[in-house]
Amino acid sequence: MAKIPVDELSIIQAYGPHLSASIRGTTSDEPEKLVKTHCCFCGQQCGIQLKVRGNDVIGFEPWDEFPFNRGMLCPKGVKRYLQGSHPDRLLTALQRDPTSPSGFRSLSYEHAIARAASEVARLQQAHGHGAIAVLGGASLTTEKTYLLGKFARVCLKTPFIDYNGRLCMVSAGAANKKAFGIDRTTSPWSDMIGTEVIWIAGSNIAECSPITTNYVWQARERGAKVIVQDPRITPIARTCDLYLPVRPGRDAALFAGVLQLMIEHAWIDREFIEAHTTGFEQVAEYCRAWTPARTAEVTGVPERSIHKAAELWGQANSSFLLHARGIEHHSNGVQNALGAINLVLASGRIGKPKSGYGTIVGQANGQGGREHGQKCDQLPGLRDISNPEHRKYIASVWGVEERDIPGPGVDAYELFRKIDAGEIKGLISICFNPKISLPDSGFVARALDKLEFYAAIDFFLNDTAHHADLVLPGSLQEEDEGTVTQVEGRVIKINKAIHPPGEAREDWRIIQDLAQALGRPKGFTFAGPSEIFEELRIASKGGISDYSGITYDKIERQMGVFWPCYANDPKTGAPTPDHPGTPRLFEPDSFNPIAKGAGRFYFADGKARFNVAEHRTPVDDVDESFPLFLTTGRVVSQFLSGTQTRRIGPLVKQYPTPRIELHPRLAQKLGIADGDWAICETRRGSITLRAMVVTTIRPDTLFIPYHWAGEKSVNRVTVAAQDPISKIPQYKVCACRLRKADAAPGYDAKLEAQQ
Amino acid sequence: MSVPRQLEFFVDPSRCIGCQSCVQACSECDTHKGESMIHLEYVDRGQSVQTVPMVCMHCEQPTCAEVCPADAIKRTGDGVVQSARKPRCIACGNCVVACPFGVPELYIDRQIMMKCDMCYDRTSVGKKPMCATVCPSQALFFGTRAEIDALRPQSTPTNRFRFGSQTITTRVNVMVPRSKSPPLMLDVTAAMDERPENRNVRLNVVGNSPSTIEPMLDPFAEVEV
Repeated sequence: MAKIPVDELSIIQAYGPHLSASIRGTTSDEPEKLVKTHCCFCGQQCGIQLKVRGNDVIGFEPWDEFPFNRGMLCPKGVKRYLQGSHPDRLLTALQRDPTSPSGFRSLSYEHAIARAASEVARLQQAHGHGAIAVLGGASLTTEKTYLLGKFARVCLKTPFIDYNGRLCMVSAGAANKKAFGIDRTTSPWSDMIGTEVIWIAGSNIAECSPITTNYVWQARERGAKVIVQDPRITPIARTCDLYLPVRPGRDAALFAGVLQLMIEHAWIDREFIEAHTTGFEQVAEYCRAWTPARTAEVTGVPERSIHKAAELWGQANSSFLLHARGIEHHSNGVQNALGAINLVLASGRIGKPKSGYGTIVGQANGQGGREHGQKCDQLPGLRDISNPEHRKYIASVWGVEERDIPGPGVDAYELFRKIDAGEIKGLISICFNPKISLPDSGFVARALDKLEFYAAIDFFLNDTAHHADLVLPGSLQEEDEGTVTQVEGRVIKINKAIHPPGEAREDWRIIQDLAQALGRPKGFTFAGPSEIFEELRIASKGGISDYSGITYDKIERQMGVFWPCYANDPKTGAPTPDHPGTPRLFEPDSFNPIAKGAGRFYFADGKARFNVAEHRTPVDDVDESFPLFLTTGRVVSQFLSGTQTRRIGPLVKQYPTPRIELHPRLAQKLGIADGDWAICETRRGSITLRAMVVTTIRPDTLFIPYHWAGEKSVNRVTVAAQDPISKIPQYKVCACRLRKADAAPGYDAKLEAQQ
Repeated sequence: MSVPRQLEFFVDPSRCIGCQSCVQACSECDTHKGESMIHLEYVDRGQSVQTVPMVCMHCEQPTCAEVCPADAIKRTGDGVVQSARKPRCIACGNCVVACPFGVPELYIDRQIMMKCDMCYDRTSVGKKPMCATVCPSQALFFGTRAEIDALRPQSTPTNRFRFGSQTITTRVNVMVPRSKSPPLMLDVTAAMDERPENRNVRLNVVGNSPSTIEPMLDPFAEVEV
């Protein structure tokens, strides 16, 4: 019974988001210890030192020595410590109770676990193992994601597990695997400095991955030209050498048009293409139709800029291409990413110093979280759950029969469709707030209502957990240890600063307690994250993302280890305890266990694949009734669905509540002034927010950031169209219209800015 | 305890991304009671995302100290202009009005002026100021002149500023585009009426020919609404 127990306003009044109390002491207070760890938010994973006194984190001190960020932090990193000792922190388990004013009442942790287990057992007995689904997240440590995948397959025996990286990394991941046979950024960021050209496609670097800014600026000091492809003039675009104001949803067309010019001008590396790739001719054939005139017509980028892009990219001797959700959050997301990769492959500049390609991960463990088995089609080590060999190996590590490992499940959105259809009746979620983060979220809320049992593991009561029958109090990042893999492919170590307060538990304990209570504890008796990591090393061994040579000790010594890192030399099999890891992929003489010396890419023939990257018009494209593009994204002071950052006072103050960005020409036409209430309507519904009139956005496009809940959540109106391969939702474009509102919306008087 | 002379502060507004890391980090320090002493403003958000961070420039002859009737503002031997001394400050606000850079602020509730002191608690014991440490774009940089020369071949520091008839030399430097002739000084008054038409701050260097940067055409000129 997962209906919201009382009206949502009462739940918000009890459980927040409220703003952090000013809990810190003073900065002259000496901490008892400084704990070297990493920020809990984005995929940059900046090194930071937390100041700890007693069981409280009371502040931070920069960690100057960590090589990636050398003390630099964004505002979220600076204020992240305020999430601890927060008045909204869940200190006990909660049970749905419509008779309680807050909708919930506390119960003991032991009772909560026992009840969760009995509900899961009841539903599985009545409806089969697949009646229970699990949702995970890419902000969890790799140890937790590994354990969660194993828990779903071995303990619950359900195929239905997926994770919130489905909304984040899957288009890039699928494209990387198709083109390179491996899914990782090719080079450390330090390779950017000294490169001749940097192409940033659909990435608001300054706000979403701020630390990367200094790498880009430093590259520019050394002469790099910067190309930015974005419908908005973001801070990284403000001073770029070439700005490509692409119409939302037309990225593959732009890449095809640029590649066509490179081919025409012979600005491609024929020798490299011949020796190290396949499929170029089909791509060239496809691009032939993308003349500058047609490309300009479709993409909205002027012809002169398309020429300039081809010239800058085509003629360089070294280059770095970065892309992010701007080109990936599309029903054509995989094609867009493949289009970008085609430019990289055609240039022949890969695997060399000062050249690289990378997709900027969004979440803390956006990389590691997609490698070790919480994805519906995957087993640890980037293994394929449909591949008999892969299944056999993992079965041997887990001590189960191969036939007992379920087959592939479905993506996170499809999982809600199955809940809606009554096929899935119970849900266990952790680190995922789908009611805010999935598109067309009205549907998600209705599906949640249909669940017979829903248990949420979390440290704050997030918006999705309002529907929960049971809430199990989990751990903040600083309350546990483990590894994550950051944007460059560098495996780093999160260190424990304090213990979970009250009845809260480390998440891996909760998962193991559930397994125990279900009477299937075998394989879930780890004493801690380091033991889980030891098993993960074995499970990943021989897979593409091979962690077998990584130890906690090596991570500490080297300040991170780039995977693959082999325990045994892939060529000779000799033990390699000192294997340093692999900072740069695809180097000329590199040996990988898939190609076995045939070449540098991760396919049997060692060759990279060109893939025809087809332009397809977005689903729900503009028309006469809905003539404007709506696009969504982040602001620098907030993170994902805001469960943490909407509770941190100084971050709320920086950008309190979402606004609709629009161009003054459009504003004038619609009679809307800066600060006016305006209603944005799509085919799903409408959202009323204040307008923000700026010249830094395409005049045919609106932008709304997505970090807020309820009536301020833009995902109420976004479209649930998905890429056919990656199943990523098309967050970056849908059709809408805009008009001035007659009055302030009802929520304005009832809710605080962050609620 | 003093700030070593060879360590200098360099500000490069062209790098600034407006993220407010500096503001958030500055407010962590309890020598100014959780208030941020750094100013970060959009030049004109309607027109551009250009932002400008403003720390105390630590003038050689600080106007704020010269106009203080209570002698509450001291410049220490290392060139750092300290925040107002609590026992002396009468919260008259003369310094707030007089500072050509608009740095000091009056806190009426606490009856005191407070301003950036280059993180004296950190810089005088060998650490970098908090804002320059965390700044993700390194628009704020703290280090030696040799370091900045090596890191920033496209720009060069200047620490002389003209405000009408007043010329000011400061301990803090602003980075300006590198040219053949050494930059004489920045004309701040002239810059005040500028709109960021190139979506970028233009720094008027007195004695240099006007900026030769090609203006960025409106990239959306061809988009119909």
